[in-house]
Amino acid sequence: MDKILVGLKRVVDYNVRVRVKSDGSGVETDSVKMSINPFDEIALEEALRIKERGEASEVIVMTIGATDAQQQLRTGLAMGADRAILVESDTAVSPLGVARAFKSIIDRDSIDLVLLGKQAIDNDNSQTAQMLAAIWGRPQATFASKLEISGDTATVTREVDAGLEVIEINLPASISVDLRLNEPRYVKLPDIMKAKKKPLEQIALSDLGIDQGPIIKEVTFEPPAERSRGVMVDDVAALVSALKDKGLV
Amino acid sequence: MSKILVVAEHDGSRLNASAAKTVACAAGIDGALIDIVVLASTADAIAAEAAQLDGVNSVLTIERAENEHAVTAVLAPQIAALAEGYSHVFGPSTTFGKDLMPHVAALLGVNQVSDIMKVESSHTFQRPVYAGNAVVTVTAPEDSVVVATVRIASYSAVGADNSATVQTADVSVDVPTHTRFVELQSGASDRPDLQTAAKVVSGGRALASEENFRIIYELAEKLGAGVGASRAAVDAGYVPNEMQVGQTGKIIAPDLYIAIGISGAIQHLTGIKDAGTIVAINKDEEAPIFEVADIGLVADLFTAVPELTKALS
Repeated sequence: MDKILVGLKRVVDYNVRVRVKSDGSGVETDSVKMSINPFDEIALEEALRIKERGEASEVIVMTIGATDAQQQLRTGLAMGADRAILVESDTAVSPLGVARAFKSIIDRDSIDLVLLGKQAIDNDNSQTAQMLAAIWGRPQATFASKLEISGDTATVTREVDAGLEVIEINLPASISVDLRLNEPRYVKLPDIMKAKKKPLEQIALSDLGIDQGPIIKEVTFEPPAERSRGVMVDDVAALVSALKDKGLV
Repeated sequence: MSKILVVAEHDGSRLNASAAKTVACAAGIDGALIDIVVLASTADAIAAEAAQLDGVNSVLTIERAENEHAVTAVLAPQIAALAEGYSHVFGPSTTFGKDLMPHVAALLGVNQVSDIMKVESSHTFQRPVYAGNAVVTVTAPEDSVVVATVRIASYSAVGADNSATVQTADVSVDVPTHTRFVELQSGASDRPDLQTAAKVVSGGRALASEENFRIIYELAEKLGAGVGASRAAVDAGYVPNEMQVGQTGKIIAPDLYIAIGISGAIQHLTGIKDAGTIVAINKDEEAPIFEVADIGLVADLFTAVPELTKALS
């Protein structure tokens, strides 16, 4: 295998307590810490391990977003990716649009394997890897918790509701990764310096000439219904009687 | 009028409980005509179950050997071919539906509405984003098919007093062989299924070992409950992955949820906020789980849980 393409999305950091804007137009993102989508970081870590085992020769990170997503690509380069591609768009891009942007880079650069996070923690769509497989006409393996490459095939263990499902796929393929595939490495300072010299290509989304499909419009955002604090009981006997009052035991 | 195709999940012999909830969501669209499709190697028994679901117009079966296991690359082209003439195609937001439906959407050239939690109208829906920290109302265009997954924790199953017609769907498309099912490693148990159980008992990191989880199983057995766990307990290796409840695990809505030794990280709370009654037992009175619990007990779980199990005898 030659090239692995990894998707990195810039999202509100995992630890930020997200708040809906008072006018309902979205969530607060001003002066909020932004990071690589955690599942994408796991995808990149896996790609780097495959390369370090000598099973691939190049790891490319790619994002579709505004100019400031360069930060996340630089972090990906510092982790060990060889080069980066920023497909620039100032407005949000639909999952089908993202999948089609990946497809055009796959065709241009002859990609052998695409690794993506199983979902982005902002819009929680979980669509891109599956859509990419569909338009590429190649296998998909979502929610991967183990990945073994053997020549032109891969054996993937998937986290499904009933347990762990094992499938065998031909390569090239589109794989989305789950939480337990690996633990991403920490970036070291010298690597951050080195990453500044690695190539970062910028392409305008409009230059790819892709159709984003019929757009699902986000009309209004609101905070979720909150559960309120209930009662505290003093001991197990009081708990049992409270459950009996509710007819639950 | 809305004509809705619901894709049924099953294990090869039984209909999955998510189907009745997906139909409940579809039935929320005014005047909807709802068909269910069962793709299987042998569909009879599954189709018979699907035909009982209230609100279903007809059950369509597509039987072929390649449909023995739910391989998206195999199923999706068949569903896309069948989708012609339907205004909506719905699947459950389980790992089956999450894997399959975006692939179907892309074959049909549309984006997908993920995790419908509420139907406003035929093309307007509510869905959770940011791990449930916000709810967004979305509108899908009226001039293209709506492909969606349904957040099953938001719906109650429809009844099963129907007798819809069952018919074979005539779909002949080529399916690829590049993706092959190998095996399912399942920790199958006799306990109620976590995603559909009326009662669930979950344990957290405070259980401190796989061996100590025994007291959780004993309480669950007494209650006839399913067993779940926090991510911390799964990461620590006390229980297998499929027992994880929360944003990256299972999102559940039992009538009774008992959280034991679980602090209540936001990612865990995302998975349980539709539960009927939440009970929390935790040594730390400051634990965030108490902010959402209907009944809280500050106690050492190693004495309180066996005592509770005994009190229920």
